[in-house]
Amino acid sequence: MAQVPVAEGIFTWPSDDPQLIASRCSACGMVMFPAQDSCARCASTEIEEHLLPRRGRLWAWTTQDFQPPSPPYAGATGKDFVPFAIGYVELPDEVKVEARLTESDPEKLVQAAEMELVVVPFGTDDDGNEVVTFAFRPVAT
Amino acid sequence: MDVAIIGVGLHPFGRFPGVSAIDMGAIAIRRALADAGVEWRDIEFAFGGSYEIDNPDAVVARLGLTGIPFTDVYNGCATAASALTLAANTIRLGDHRLGLAVGMDKHVPGAFKGDPQDYACPSWYGEVGHFTTTKFFGMKINKYMHDHGISHSTLAKVAAKGYRNGGLNPNAFRRKPLSEEEILGSPMLNYPLTQYMFCAPDEGAAAVVLCPAEDARRYTETPIYLRASTVRTRRLGAFEVHSPWLPIEETVGATVDASRAAYEMAGIGPQDVDVIQLQDTDAGAEVIHMAENGFCADGDQEALIADGATEIDGPLPVNTDGGLIANGEPIGASGLRQIHEIVLQLRGQAGDRQVPGSPKVGYTQLYGAPGTAGVSILSV
Ligand SMILES: [Zn+2]
Repeated sequence: MAQVPVAEGIFTWPSDDPQLIASRCSACGMVMFPAQDSCARCASTEIEEHLLPRRGRLWAWTTQDFQPPSPPYAGATGKDFVPFAIGYVELPDEVKVEARLTESDPEKLVQAAEMELVVVPFGTDDDGNEVVTFAFRPVAT
Repeated sequence: MDVAIIGVGLHPFGRFPGVSAIDMGAIAIRRALADAGVEWRDIEFAFGGSYEIDNPDAVVARLGLTGIPFTDVYNGCATAASALTLAANTIRLGDHRLGLAVGMDKHVPGAFKGDPQDYACPSWYGEVGHFTTTKFFGMKINKYMHDHGISHSTLAKVAAKGYRNGGLNPNAFRRKPLSEEEILGSPMLNYPLTQYMFCAPDEGAAAVVLCPAEDARRYTETPIYLRASTVRTRRLGAFEVHSPWLPIEETVGATVDASRAAYEMAGIGPQDVDVIQLQDTDAGAEVIHMAENGFCADGDQEALIADGATEIDGPLPVNTDGGLIANGEPIGASGLRQIHEIVLQLRGQAGDRQVPGSPKVGYTQLYGAPGTAGVSILSV
């Protein structure tokens, strides 16, 4: 089964060490994800592409135990829905990114734990391709 | 110029098959007019708030086509605060002397749907399952509990109070008391928030009649003065709904900004407030909003709630009518339901749920996506 990213331009793919594709304001240094063409701080339109570091710390998290309304949710629905966790991972001196987490057990999710970017399957498109998205996994210690 | 509220009216909140949002709005308006002792033909202007109804002004078909300026507003969960603020400002401008703000909605059951692109988010944000408001509330309270020592049991106590107060309110949607065990044991939706810790979208309408303060005694012996009404949106660095990213720099949320502006406008501080309405989309939001609106320091909620401080007979009565947890959230009407309750409390007309000791100052707060807050301060 072929793998396709959920959208183009949000992470480098295919890659053994995928990175999120952000933008950085040339005027004030603001880092934003996903990339946008103007700055949320100073409104400058002088924006450059900026790849994010792959490791950071878990800043906030919760679980998604019920299926989000579909559409727009494109993962498995109904009895096939698999609960997951979501959190913000703070990438030092760059930005906090909201992402799916590979670990969904509240007992195993720890505030400020070190996390690493991975790409994971989460659904199937109309052509039978496996759709992949970015996520963070706890770094084994 | 000061503005007075001289009439309030409510269509009950809940589920009403066969009754349209417009019909509920008309009923709320008729009750507000009767409460003020005025006729629809006396009303010189109106603002109408709704999420589901494009044109709440269509309610004139039920009341009389008098040709007044009737402006429709939608501003997320702060829709009703926006309608009220605009109505008050219209009187302050001196354009008109007698006006009305109304909110009405009729939502289908279940989580709100929407298009992420309408919230400045990419399409994939919804496809991967990030576009829900409930997971924001789960994340915010989960982090807050970790940072400030709030327990799961405190969340259950807040929800139990909501249902208990709802039981004292004939207009509430959920009126059956639930124990803390039942609340903690209901299905987990977004950790640490369980099903019974969340409010639900439902149906209802509310209306208020306003006039210049100097005219108020012509209509009523118990005018309630709108001392402040503010709306604010999030600043860069605030932790808010529907944010695919947040900057490293952090600042306070839209609620704190709206609250500080309202206290300044009113010349009233949190220590002067006797009865409080907070946006309790979930039990955690009520806990956080106690601090964000200046009623306690972060973390003090744990002891305050254990001591019953936020109960009807406590020193900080919060959501005396059951709040959103017992009333649900018809978005356009929710904030005017808060005003309705504060007006009844300040008049001493809240019946079984009346705050003792003749409360003089009331406070309301709304908050919702994508980071919009509204605050009002009222006094006798
Ligand atoms: Zn900039």
